[in-house]
Amino acid sequence: MKRFLSGDEAFAEGVRLARPQVISAYPITPQTVVVERLSEMVESGQLAAEYIHVESEHSALSAAMGAAATGARTFTATSSQGLLYMAEVLTYAAGGRFPIVMMNANRATALPWNIYGDQRDSLALLDHGWIQAYAENNQEALDLALMAYAVAEDMRVRMPFMVNLDGFALTHTYENVDIPEPSEADAILPPYDAAGNCFDFDHPVNMGYSAGPEFNRYYKYWAHRDMAEAVPQVVSVVERRFEEVTGRRYPGMIEAIDCDDAEVVLVTLGSVAGLARGVVSHLRASGVRAGLLKIRYMRPFPARQIARALHGAEAVAVLEKDISFGAEGTVFTNVNSALQQAGITAPTYNFIGGLGGDNISEDHVVSIFRALQCVAAQVREQGRAAATELPRVTFLGVDSLDPEPGCGRVLGGELRDNGAGCAAPSCDGDGDSSKAQVFSVRETEVR
Amino acid sequence: MIEILWHGRGGQGAFTAARLLGAASSLREGRYALAFPSFGPERRGAPMRAFTKVSDAPIGDRSAVTRADYVVYLDETLLSSGWQAEVKPGGCVLVNSARSAVDLTAAFGDSADAHIIAIDANGISEALLGRPIPNTVFLGAISALGNTLSADEVKQAIRQYMPAKLHEKNERIVDEARRVMREGSVDGKEGTLR
Repeated sequence: MKRFLSGDEAFAEGVRLARPQVISAYPITPQTVVVERLSEMVESGQLAAEYIHVESEHSALSAAMGAAATGARTFTATSSQGLLYMAEVLTYAAGGRFPIVMMNANRATALPWNIYGDQRDSLALLDHGWIQAYAENNQEALDLALMAYAVAEDMRVRMPFMVNLDGFALTHTYENVDIPEPSEADAILPPYDAAGNCFDFDHPVNMGYSAGPEFNRYYKYWAHRDMAEAVPQVVSVVERRFEEVTGRRYPGMIEAIDCDDAEVVLVTLGSVAGLARGVVSHLRASGVRAGLLKIRYMRPFPARQIARALHGAEAVAVLEKDISFGAEGTVFTNVNSALQQAGITAPTYNFIGGLGGDNISEDHVVSIFRALQCVAAQVREQGRAAATELPRVTFLGVDSLDPEPGCGRVLGGELRDNGAGCAAPSCDGDGDSSKAQVFSVRETEVR
Repeated sequence: MIEILWHGRGGQGAFTAARLLGAASSLREGRYALAFPSFGPERRGAPMRAFTKVSDAPIGDRSAVTRADYVVYLDETLLSSGWQAEVKPGGCVLVNSARSAVDLTAAFGDSADAHIIAIDANGISEALLGRPIPNTVFLGAISALGNTLSADEVKQAIRQYMPAKLHEKNERIVDEARRVMREGSVDGKEGTLR
């Protein structure tokens, strides 16, 4: 059924179709609507679930874990400080191998207090043992709600799954979604079989136990092995089943758009990928060999796929709504590690944007690509060492994205002082001056 | 892409209108729409904005609309000189006002490539709904401009996304808004439509 829904509403529809038996939640903007809709569904009898309105996020996940230990399919949702308040329980749920599905509405973390979107909340918790996926739009969010259960509950996986929706950009933005029929959802997602990891008087098992130094490493190794090996395999099995039922196809851990012959590639995740998609097709139409790599799963981290997609790129940018102060964005760190392991030496740059709900505009994305083109041209002329002209970390809206003067100098072009950046033949390499106009170097805008 | 920028005050239904317009516009096969409010704490009476984008392709740019094909002022007091900066060339501004468009351009300035349409939306909704909730008047008005949207699509969105008790009255409001747009006047006032 086609509907015009917000991301929160769409996700609630996906959860309804997954038929969780226990929902425990504590409201927080911009997650609130998803738990409100679910409470209405439970109240009206549309969804047969036990709804527990707990007193905190710490309790929300604790209750979900307790319910999962009885063999129930469970759901919770949170955001920002709420997710951070849950952090202690995240490792319990992961270590206990409880396949809880949680929606996180990506939101800035305090201080300063801010209710708007960025990804600093979930990216701070990559090490807590949860599968982490990031939705680009409301359809993908709804579909991930269903697929998350199918992946998490698979016998080979048995891990909690966090689906991330950009706060406001998805949670509060309405768009067209297609809601599967209950029979379709049931064909995608079988009932949860908790055998071996739940209270069962006929088959008693030890749960929630301790493991000293002589055993602990095995648990961590198994978690790592299953996350790294089983999850990608199960994701692809589930996506295939999903496509057979709904006709909608998902590309696995990453989506590589026009990366095969790309000279310059932007790596990003979440809703900004939609904006970047448009910019890439625009640049392609004007002859620029641009590509987009959308990371769909941050955990497990698809290092090999990323390296394969970026193999051949001459310059790479990672655009993310996150910063690890004094270092760089965490996505950037992860991508660099993947490239280093694969022996890929293309220069990489980190662009930090969208913090606290700040807009990432089409101009920003175009400027990033233009900066990459300049770097690629410099490297071709002068070798890899020339790539250091562009800073490693650039804050959109704070730092200038001006790739000059290195670019102009290297290419012998005339530098324009009208803010147009690279002289015509240089950046684009094919003498099309109209494209140089697109290269609008942004002024430093400190607000 | 067609972009609509809604100006209103909390409680006037600007976001509801933005959402209904998106829902109505995307009923056609192969049509896509986005609708969202200016995000932040909401207060009754405070100025707020809402946005609708309509396109034949999926819409990836979720940024706020800064220049629109249609700019709607649900509250006349939000219109100010400089309104031209928010309209695309060839676009138009629809204002909830009992004054004429001529009066409004005299007060707030004219534009060579955009024009103002004044509609007494409070009057229409007061008469048909019993309360001055002007939002759905403009859904009718926009459906009367260009070929983006039919009256039937607007009514279908109203039936799908508004509470049942509001369907009939709002459908009549849509019809009345379209009649006013066709006839170019409200209560015989000259110069309401330009």
